[in-house]
Amino acid sequence: MSEQELFPPVRPMARLSPGAWLRRHGGLSALVVLLAFNVLVTPNFLNAQTLAVNVSQVATIALVAVGMTLVIATGGIDLSVGAVMALSGAMAPIIFTSAFAEANPALGLAAAFVLPLVVALVCGVFNGALVAILGVQPIIATLIFFISGRGVAQVLTNGNLQTFNHPGFSMIGTARILGIPAQGWLVLLVAALVWYVVRFTASGRYLLAAGGNERAARMAGVPVARVKILAYATCSLLSGVAGLIVVAINSASDAARIGNLMELDAIAAAVVGGAVLSGGRAPIWGAILGAVVIQLVKYTLLANGVADEVSLIAKAGIIVLAVYAQQTGKG
Amino acid sequence: MQSLVSIQGLQKSFAGVVALSDATLEIRPGEVHALIGQNGAGKSTLIKCLTGVHRRDGGEVWLDGQEFTATGPRHAQSAGIATIYQELNLVPLRSVTENVVMGAEPRNRLGLIDWRAAHARTREVLSRFGIEIDVKERLGAYPSAIQQLVAIARAVSMEARLVIMDEPTSSLDDREIETLFEVVRNLRDSGISVLYVSHFLAELFRICDRVTIMWDGRTVAVRDIGATTKLGLVADMLGRDPAEISASGMTELGGDRGAAGEEVLSLQDVGTGRSLRDVSLVVRRGEIVALGGLLGSGRTETARAIFGLDAVRQGQIRLPDGSGAPNAPSDAIRAGVGLLAEDRKAEGIIPGMSVRENMTLALLPKLRRPGGIDTRREREIVDGYVKALGIKLADPDQPIRELSGGNQQKVLLARWLATKPDLLILDEPTRGVDVGAKREIQTIIRDFVADGGAVLLISSEFEEIVEGADRVVVMQEGCSVSEMSGDGLTEDALIAAIAHGPDPDPERKDAP
Repeated sequence: MSEQELFPPVRPMARLSPGAWLRRHGGLSALVVLLAFNVLVTPNFLNAQTLAVNVSQVATIALVAVGMTLVIATGGIDLSVGAVMALSGAMAPIIFTSAFAEANPALGLAAAFVLPLVVALVCGVFNGALVAILGVQPIIATLIFFISGRGVAQVLTNGNLQTFNHPGFSMIGTARILGIPAQGWLVLLVAALVWYVVRFTASGRYLLAAGGNERAARMAGVPVARVKILAYATCSLLSGVAGLIVVAINSASDAARIGNLMELDAIAAAVVGGAVLSGGRAPIWGAILGAVVIQLVKYTLLANGVADEVSLIAKAGIIVLAVYAQQTGKG
Repeated sequence: MQSLVSIQGLQKSFAGVVALSDATLEIRPGEVHALIGQNGAGKSTLIKCLTGVHRRDGGEVWLDGQEFTATGPRHAQSAGIATIYQELNLVPLRSVTENVVMGAEPRNRLGLIDWRAAHARTREVLSRFGIEIDVKERLGAYPSAIQQLVAIARAVSMEARLVIMDEPTSSLDDREIETLFEVVRNLRDSGISVLYVSHFLAELFRICDRVTIMWDGRTVAVRDIGATTKLGLVADMLGRDPAEISASGMTELGGDRGAAGEEVLSLQDVGTGRSLRDVSLVVRRGEIVALGGLLGSGRTETARAIFGLDAVRQGQIRLPDGSGAPNAPSDAIRAGVGLLAEDRKAEGIIPGMSVRENMTLALLPKLRRPGGIDTRREREIVDGYVKALGIKLADPDQPIRELSGGNQQKVLLARWLATKPDLLILDEPTRGVDVGAKREIQTIIRDFVADGGAVLLISSEFEEIVEGADRVVVMQEGCSVSEMSGDGLTEDALIAAIAHGPDPDPERKDAP
């Protein structure tokens, strides 16, 4: 990497006042404020158990937020992420508790991971094809699975809560590496990979070009449809992974609840992280930051005895602030 | 006579970069006043200071003899200054009436909108411009010329004393332009002043009274239109001597070239729909073939068909690598074709991406290597073209939207040159760029052809076609009707061929 990249040139317009700095780094400022508040107020905030709980809970939001950031970068939105989580989460226990898996434990476990993700991927390709090939509005296109995905999941499980005891599968939700939950490492790995693709590959360039000016991109030979389908497929795949993790953590699968309202958390995290809904930007690490902020707000309120309903309002407040910062930052 | 608007010594800087150093503008009541200058000369900044979009740093603005500082566009509007931007600020899905009366709807006693009065007033305002349309129809159902006129009607109904028009004719065809000129003359006759910004110098001689010329943030000349010539205006804008320009020709496209080589493109009876019905042409290596014709004659549609943007329904296309009609631009690019689109903003630049990323977008498939993009080669290529084409920028990593129009156009040209195409299709390559950049772009095109490239040129500027093209394929109503070349290719002959009905005997024009 050249020196130029490490130190982007400071143009006259880029000189920042303290206020402007805060606005540009709103997500980071929010994180600092939240951490400071918790250190001072919340009992037992600075211990390993708290960290583990937060990491294990933030992982699902972060995974979906990374996918959502890609979709938003194309100028789209994916409402189906929560439903896809429910679908993949409902499928896994059905597979590894089946007679086939009883007979072939290893193969059954592999299938419990792979099949739900394949289904999630198919959902994403379907979403992407509707948007990119048929030209359906992203909100409408993804509304289809938003509604039907959870429905299918509930039909599969007859609407029952499925509980299980399967240490092999629960690994992805409960294992720890160096004291940190495994899904935390998975998030870092995924984010690094996606960031690399966006930043350094032709596909990443194409993604930002398609979102920045679709017509111009098409006329420069950018395979716009393919890039969009790829974005929706990745988003769905990551949602599928998140669904598996939720089920693994709980050792139970409730199709009605897995990933409930996840689309809103993910969109909020992406926006707090600096994604612009009109497309053309894909701040992957920003999405992680946004997810951490959202999780910390939830945790802070919960740990201090504030009702869950109130935390919804707090989340809305954060979104408003993030959008406000984006709007004023533009001018 | 007291001036309606008087601007003296206006200054404006953006974060230390001087946009206006000493701008002066006098507009008399009831005159059509043109404002011209190269891109970056400060025209738009001047207008934005007047209309309250920007706050001026220094200088004085007088409106009707009173010191005037607009606090915002609304304030300027209520003071009688109406601005009609290139991108219209209208609502296409609402009715014509709603668009005209928006913000000043007539009310009845209950405080509700009195629609009968609103429709009547709209009809009355529009009829002043000779427009008779159904005012209850939604605005978007009408052609862009009508929409433009509705915008003007709206301005007038707000009792404007000064109407500012920014490039009003750039999206209109000839007949629509005539209507617009009628309206401008009507405005003048009823005592309303018009500030007219345009790149099309020929227009100014038809409707303007006086012209203010800006250069590098300053007003350099004010001329009565009757006392100057097109050449004189170009010289003013460039700071050059008219005689010098006249000797070297108005464009940089002329000059000797070697004989044309092998065929790189051929179209045989190609049609894509109603607007492109039957076009046949051939382009060879080392030549510039121009498409001559009016707006809507199928020139842009021809380019779109060759580039794989419209599906070909009939006829045959053969691209430089011998392949047939492409299904998508990426096919055409692979076959050795580049298309510089007419609408730079909508179909050219990716505004948020850097100059570097914009320039190499079409080249990306060739810059791929395992694990990503070969950024070292990318930077070499970009630096090379920045230097070779004289692109003025602070840094190749700055967003392309920060560049002036002419420099953006050069970046887009570099995007295609970098792919080393056999054929470049140029749709209005010099539209909307200043005179200096225009000549540089023409030089780049000539060099490309001298190196054995082939160009299919679409241009509304007859000088560009007559001086630059080896041959002209004349198009009318979606069909190629005749071809001109050699000594037979003169401006008069071209205008005659384009303006008149299909030639009964095309062979006659082929062999002058």
